[in-house]
Amino acid sequence: MKRLGLLIFATVLLLAGCRHFSPQAPKPAAYGTQIVEVSGGKQLAQVGSPLPQPLVLQVNGADGNPVTGALVMLHGEGVQFTPAQALTDSSGQVTVTAQVGYNPGDYQVTAETPKAGGGTASLNLREIALGYEQTVGKMVNDKYCIRCHDPESTPERVSNLDNLSPAPHQFTDGATLNRISDADLTNMIAHGGPALGKSPQMPAYGATLKPPEIKAMLSYIRTIADPPVPEPRSEIWKIDILFEFLLSRSPLAAFLAQRRCCHWAR
Amino acid sequence: MDDNNKSAPLRSRPTLRELAYFGVVSLVLLVSLAIAPAKNYFSDWRHYQKSYLKIAAERQSGTLVRSFHGGIHQTWIANLGVVDRCESCHVNMNGALVGATAQPFRKHPPIPHEINQFGCVTCHRGQGPATSVEEAHYTTEAWEQPLLPAKYLESGCGQCHLGPLEGAPKLSEGRSLLSSMGCVHCHNVTQPDGNQLTPGDNPPPLTHIAEKTSREWMYAWIKNPQAYAASATMPNFLLNDQDAADISAFLMAQSTPSAATKVEIKPAAAAAPTGADAATEATTLYGASFCSSCHAVQNEARNLVGGNFGPELTRVGNKVNPDWLRRWLNNPVAYHPDTRMPHYRMDDKQVALLSSFLLAKKDNDLLANVHLAPSTADSVARGKKLVTETGCAACHQINGVNPPQNFAPDLTRVGSRALAQVVFAPGMKHNLPDYIAAKIHDPRSFGPGLKMPKFTLTDSQTGALATALLAQTDRAATYPKELIISGARPSNYHPGGEAGKLMDDLRCLSCHAINGNGGDMAPDLTWEGSAVQGAWLEDFLKNPNTLRPALIRRMPKFNLSPEEIKTLADYISVAYQGSGFDSQTLDTHSLNADSAARGKQLFYSKYGCQSCHIADYKNDKGYVGPALTSVGTRLTPVWTYKWLKDPNALRAGTLMPNFGLKDDEARDLTAFLMTLKAKQGGSK
Repeated sequence: MKRLGLLIFATVLLLAGCRHFSPQAPKPAAYGTQIVEVSGGKQLAQVGSPLPQPLVLQVNGADGNPVTGALVMLHGEGVQFTPAQALTDSSGQVTVTAQVGYNPGDYQVTAETPKAGGGTASLNLREIALGYEQTVGKMVNDKYCIRCHDPESTPERVSNLDNLSPAPHQFTDGATLNRISDADLTNMIAHGGPALGKSPQMPAYGATLKPPEIKAMLSYIRTIADPPVPEPRSEIWKIDILFEFLLSRSPLAAFLAQRRCCHWAR
Repeated sequence: MDDNNKSAPLRSRPTLRELAYFGVVSLVLLVSLAIAPAKNYFSDWRHYQKSYLKIAAERQSGTLVRSFHGGIHQTWIANLGVVDRCESCHVNMNGALVGATAQPFRKHPPIPHEINQFGCVTCHRGQGPATSVEEAHYTTEAWEQPLLPAKYLESGCGQCHLGPLEGAPKLSEGRSLLSSMGCVHCHNVTQPDGNQLTPGDNPPPLTHIAEKTSREWMYAWIKNPQAYAASATMPNFLLNDQDAADISAFLMAQSTPSAATKVEIKPAAAAAPTGADAATEATTLYGASFCSSCHAVQNEARNLVGGNFGPELTRVGNKVNPDWLRRWLNNPVAYHPDTRMPHYRMDDKQVALLSSFLLAKKDNDLLANVHLAPSTADSVARGKKLVTETGCAACHQINGVNPPQNFAPDLTRVGSRALAQVVFAPGMKHNLPDYIAAKIHDPRSFGPGLKMPKFTLTDSQTGALATALLAQTDRAATYPKELIISGARPSNYHPGGEAGKLMDDLRCLSCHAINGNGGDMAPDLTWEGSAVQGAWLEDFLKNPNTLRPALIRRMPKFNLSPEEIKTLADYISVAYQGSGFDSQTLDTHSLNADSAARGKQLFYSKYGCQSCHIADYKNDKGYVGPALTSVGTRLTPVWTYKWLKDPNALRAGTLMPNFGLKDDEARDLTAFLMTLKAKQGGSK
């Protein structure tokens, strides 16, 4: 019965997944050798919402010139494309709107074009979905942080980054920020740069922002990091699991579970 | 045996047929009795709970499995009308099973509320008591409210939070669009606290329109407002040529002369500016008057440059009559008593310069093909009928046409509208969010005879509007009052006396808020008298220089007379005082040189203030906050002290963080800042 249940579960999932892939592919009129991004990668959208800008992709031939009528197929787990398959226009490009899924975090988009001699050329793009917490973080970022942490200037909002020395880190700078622990980043936001021996130019926001806002900001920073934050702390996990596994085989486990003294035994 | 046979002819053994009947009936009974337990056994939630336990056993230890309680999990919240069994399948809402990413086992992302206090359907909709996937999520005959797609989820927040909400940008945007696009001129939207949304646009009155523009321009504008100005708020009513011509004929005919016509235009104001520098002078005047703080102009790259508070001026030369423009620049209030435009006190030469500069902003092709038949009594009468039918008077003041009442459907409960009452366009998905979004996007796709015009909106704006409308639910209307968090309502404050008249003439409240009434483009002036020094205020009103090096929206120079400046400065200094700005809070005698020296140290070393502020133009580069080079002549010491202690308490929403300064640190910093004085001999 267990198997049957799982089978039904899997079938339902499979069928639900199949629904979006029903339209038949248009017939390619030409073939390219390479697919490149014109625009649309690394965008932010709220969960379940379309990306603010469409994906524009270009298929090039062996000579490096755009190819008209080449087939571009898009797929990505949880992402909905309109259309999911299209032929390139006269400038060798396709424009596709994409809607991210309901999970906050990263979405990988793969665009493929068949090559003349068989096989495909492909391109990977990364899109980011913001949940409630990251959205609050983005609001905090856009209000307080962006003036110094984002180099981009607009007439309405001139960037202050170049005026500062040492220059503040951009929040997309995963290479640096991923190595700083959550606790340290929280400390730095709440108590300012000097709390971690950094520049006093970073003010303390602990009396301005509420703790959930700082947590949200942290969550936003982690979500937009590029390269992305690596999978969470796998070693600790393994030890945790092993420990729990061993304990669960012993009579001690029931006792601990009753006492509710340790989180891993609950 | 024989006796028995004779005396009581008891039935012999049942016949085969009877046995068969009995067997079949018993079987049917057995089967029918088995249906309920079988249905229960094969129910969706049982399967999901089993697969959850299987995953839990594989990934983690038995503790998670042992602590799991099977069965229907129900949340019952009587006063919200919530009976939710969603957690019977969604068993991993608290995230105890780590790493489960596929539904129904996803962890609920963090939200600011406890789920067991609000339930699931409050935000997600769907059928809470249902225990099958189909019934809970999708539309059934008995249940019309399917799950809300995630992109409209913020509408859930809007049922209780009636004002702008930081964590729900889409909802807030939608609400402000309902007001700024003028939707609520025609549609009534009453919030659960009984307050109606009010329009935030300012449609001009058409009672004197013949003075302002030509019939040809009006015709072209009515046909397609976005052809004249891409950023125009006025929607496209998709009128045919004849209708537009007749409406323009009527609008010209109903126009009466305004008070502005009594103002004589002096020859100097009407003269074309001469001289080699006239063009440069005009451009400089346009810039120095900060017209672009409110008005946008399309540049060569077709990008709009400037604010969106007033109408776009890219082709204003096509629109306005030169004499009207001169009178308008001279004093706009005479033409439109409720305009948001201030009365600049321009002299004749400035009017001449600016009007010729604006009249040159013109697209010769715009009206080239407009040739209208002369208006007749018939066309005027037909125009009036069309104006009444189209509902023009819902937004614009028009002579002889009363504003229509209940012109468009009431949207107070639109978020719960029964699907049976909705007429879907062919090929549409039958659900409410899609219907509302489609209706906003292209109302006439539901039928050519409908009255709602087509607005120029991006997809994201349409989504935001739909989100705001979906928040208007029956459910919200029945919530307990203590759950409802109303938005701020503007007060009806207006300054009084001689200064009040002057401030009304300058339309200070268009940009500044005072005591809860006014715009948000410029700083709140409620406590301005406590904040700034009187002498600085007079100087500033005489010649408003900018405080912030990187700000493009600035206070215009109104060419005020010395008496007017004195009246204004005195009034602001006296009337706009906060409490607690006295010597008890800060004894100014303690601000001595030692204290200032310590303050300088704090400013540059401990708190790094120079990263955002400029105290000394030679070394500092901070471009975020206002320059502080002459703050000692601008701000009062006690305001500075209180500001440093808690900026947000004095100006809610300021960027300046609260550093949690100790009293003596704030005092020392104040002492240092007060030493930063403007160089003498400048404007004074």
